[in-house]
Amino acid sequence: MLNLYTRRRIVNAVGLAISMLAMAFGLFWLCWILWALLEHGLPALTPVVFAQMTPPPGSSGGLLNAIAGSLAMTLVGTLIGTPIGILAGTYLAEFGQRGWLAPVTRFINDVLLSAPSIVIGLFVYEIYVIRVKHFSGWAGALALSIIVIPIVIRTTENMLRLVPTTLREAAAALGAPQWKIINFITLRAARAGIITGVMLAIARISGETAPLLFTALNNQFWSSDMDQPMANLPVVIFQFAMSPYEDWQKLAWAGALLITLSVLTLNILARVLFRQKSASH
Amino acid sequence: MPTFLREASLKRHTILDLLFRNLTRVSAFGVLVLLAAIIGSLIIGSMPTIRAFGFGFLVSPDWDPVGERFGALIPIIGTLVTSAIALTIAIPVSFGIALFLTELSPRLLRRPLGIAIELLAGIPSIIYGMWGLFVFAPLFADHIEPWINDHIGTMPYIGPFFSGPPMGIGMLTAGIILAIMVIPFIASVMRDVFEVVPTLLKESAYGLGATTWEVMWKVVLPYTRIGVVGGIMLGLGRALGETMAITFVIGNSHELSKSLLMPGNSIASALANEFTEAYGDLYTSALIELGLILFFITFVVLSLARYMLFKLGKREGQVT
Amino acid sequence: MNAEYTANPKVTAPKIIAKKIIVRDLSFYYGDFCALKNINLSIAEKMVTAFIGPSGCGKSTLLRTFNRMYQLYPKQKAAGEILLDGENILDKKQDLNTLRAKIGMVFQKPTPFPMSIYDNIAFGVKLYERLSKNDMDERVEWALRKAALWNEAKDILRQSGTSLSGGQQQRLCIARAIAVKPQVLLLDEPTSALDPISTAHIEKLIDELKEDFTIVIVTHNMQQAARVSDYTAYMYLGDLIEFGDTSVVFTNPKRKETEDYITGRFG
Repeated sequence: MLNLYTRRRIVNAVGLAISMLAMAFGLFWLCWILWALLEHGLPALTPVVFAQMTPPPGSSGGLLNAIAGSLAMTLVGTLIGTPIGILAGTYLAEFGQRGWLAPVTRFINDVLLSAPSIVIGLFVYEIYVIRVKHFSGWAGALALSIIVIPIVIRTTENMLRLVPTTLREAAAALGAPQWKIINFITLRAARAGIITGVMLAIARISGETAPLLFTALNNQFWSSDMDQPMANLPVVIFQFAMSPYEDWQKLAWAGALLITLSVLTLNILARVLFRQKSASH
Repeated sequence: MPTFLREASLKRHTILDLLFRNLTRVSAFGVLVLLAAIIGSLIIGSMPTIRAFGFGFLVSPDWDPVGERFGALIPIIGTLVTSAIALTIAIPVSFGIALFLTELSPRLLRRPLGIAIELLAGIPSIIYGMWGLFVFAPLFADHIEPWINDHIGTMPYIGPFFSGPPMGIGMLTAGIILAIMVIPFIASVMRDVFEVVPTLLKESAYGLGATTWEVMWKVVLPYTRIGVVGGIMLGLGRALGETMAITFVIGNSHELSKSLLMPGNSIASALANEFTEAYGDLYTSALIELGLILFFITFVVLSLARYMLFKLGKREGQVT
Repeated sequence: MNAEYTANPKVTAPKIIAKKIIVRDLSFYYGDFCALKNINLSIAEKMVTAFIGPSGCGKSTLLRTFNRMYQLYPKQKAAGEILLDGENILDKKQDLNTLRAKIGMVFQKPTPFPMSIYDNIAFGVKLYERLSKNDMDERVEWALRKAALWNEAKDILRQSGTSLSGGQQQRLCIARAIAVKPQVLLLDEPTSALDPISTAHIEKLIDELKEDFTIVIVTHNMQQAARVSDYTAYMYLGDLIEFGDTSVVFTNPKRKETEDYITGRFG
């Protein structure tokens, strides 16, 4: 029988070893996934990918229309979602001390933040696609904007709360009205953090597939009309990867690598930017 | 300074204050309207099936588009089972990672490692799905599943759950991939709540001669219990609603099977696979009702998670 | 117990030629907690009045009623009267922004806005005056000179206000406050976050500024109160214990509590 102290030390050592293993376990998957992406995606990532439209099975082609469609819908989605998110986040942080609206909104927003994105797709299908009777880029952008809103609300509120109260008081002490204090002082002081939040939101929606399935659908050809079904990288990847054609699967890998690289770059960039900005203050 | 100018700008400021305030308020209110609209539209969309099947929809294993008989039992079970597998794997691993990041990691590595784990959360779910289908599933079928069949599949009681043809895709694969996806969420919440534990509390425990493990297990974990559970629920919410990763690897079969190695279906993947091809009002409506059920389940889980994290935050506020 | 001293301000109030602010029966509440109890005092025009007392005594609370800063927060309310030039500023009809343009404030910690030094000062001015580029330049220079920051800042006006040192930031905040040309300047422990040299700078500045402004300063540093103020109010637990000429309060206090605090036996 070991004495108590030795036993405690063994438990400690085993526990800490398992903890390190867990960390290694997490990193292992990250490395494996990234490696698989590079292995399959790099050979497929030729200039043609950026120059040609998505092909029918059996012939060669690229992802140009999908890339353009993704960019367009992400842009529109962000442009719709960001202002609403910033305004609502401002309400929560600056006007929300009194009344029931702020706590309820905060709670609902937190729930929406992690709500299944496929349900958002269903929702937009129900309220928009059915009405206009066809899939469209607008519908896709709308679905994406609904995903952007809660993220931006959350970061805006958090960042505004980090702004010291004394800054607001100092502006109020000069006799500045509240809209001026918020627009010119507090939102400005929280700018770096809010931009980070928007970048993370863009990163999130540029990889979203589920909400686009029932909204933008897909389009094999070039489409600059947002009122038509629109090609986009995630859905193209989904369809091509699930297909039995090798050419299509190769293109899917190229697209997957492309999306992952841009999403991870955005993620890292957002963090670096925020760190620099907050360090300089 | 001239008073007339003051008066004029005073009036302008009062109006602008009012405008701005109400603009933000309307935006905040919009979030509530959004939620109400989501729930409302889903309920309206699922009215045909609710009328046709009532509560029987929830417990019926039927899924027959031709005969127009639908039930949600199999997708619901698939969703719950894959999420349960995911949590079983993810909870201990996340705890280990959070422990490593807060207590063990060299200070220099703490940030990069933390970011690496968060990047795992940043990878789009469709990538997990592709990787799972093309890379993970074949390896799993060739090397792991035969072993599971031989060793766990022969055990009494739990054996039937772990025996079946080694196809690579199925509920177990889906659960494992889900686990990898939710680990970063749970781990980062755990890390965050561990970090708010007052240093003084930890130091007093260390001061008594407690080991790192004992401090974590007996002081930090009980102190942050509510937050940890909140983080786990948050991960559960993610797992329940995850669509693309599962759609690739679950097999999309509307058959009820005992074995976790067999294909199944989840609510989200049934939607992703069938919605655009659904014909007839009842088929579409059945899928929308599936969405409604999914939203309801995740809503309850996420509300609980937020409530718990909120309670923890409030306690923190009182302590400091 | 202090009622006899505070109920009738004429008994303890110093001989004042012009009373800029008169406080009558002022009480203040944080929710249910009464932080100021029936305060009566008056602030002399173009003089320096100091509020001293141990932390939690209500001295900052009292200061923050003069520009109704408390109004930013729910659950804080004041009762009684504060007359600024005979007008009750606690009146509901009082416009807050106008009031605050008349009463400037500088805080414990420097609070430069996230913009350039020039814009920091111009921000407040632009709220109520439309000045030409030249006039604005002049105003900024005037304020910076008054705050004794011009020589250090004149070449870096376009740099961010946050790039200055702590002491410079605090002088920037003073410049920003006086650029609006207020009548009263409230200083809430303006040197508590500063080093001794910057503190000396600011104290000298206070002495110069009282030519143009009525100054009220809250400080927990008794020597500072003795050095810069003409009148001193000693507060304890929400009560005004003693109020009078600084020289009298510090050398010959009427109340034992004041004496204990000043001699360091308590506080």
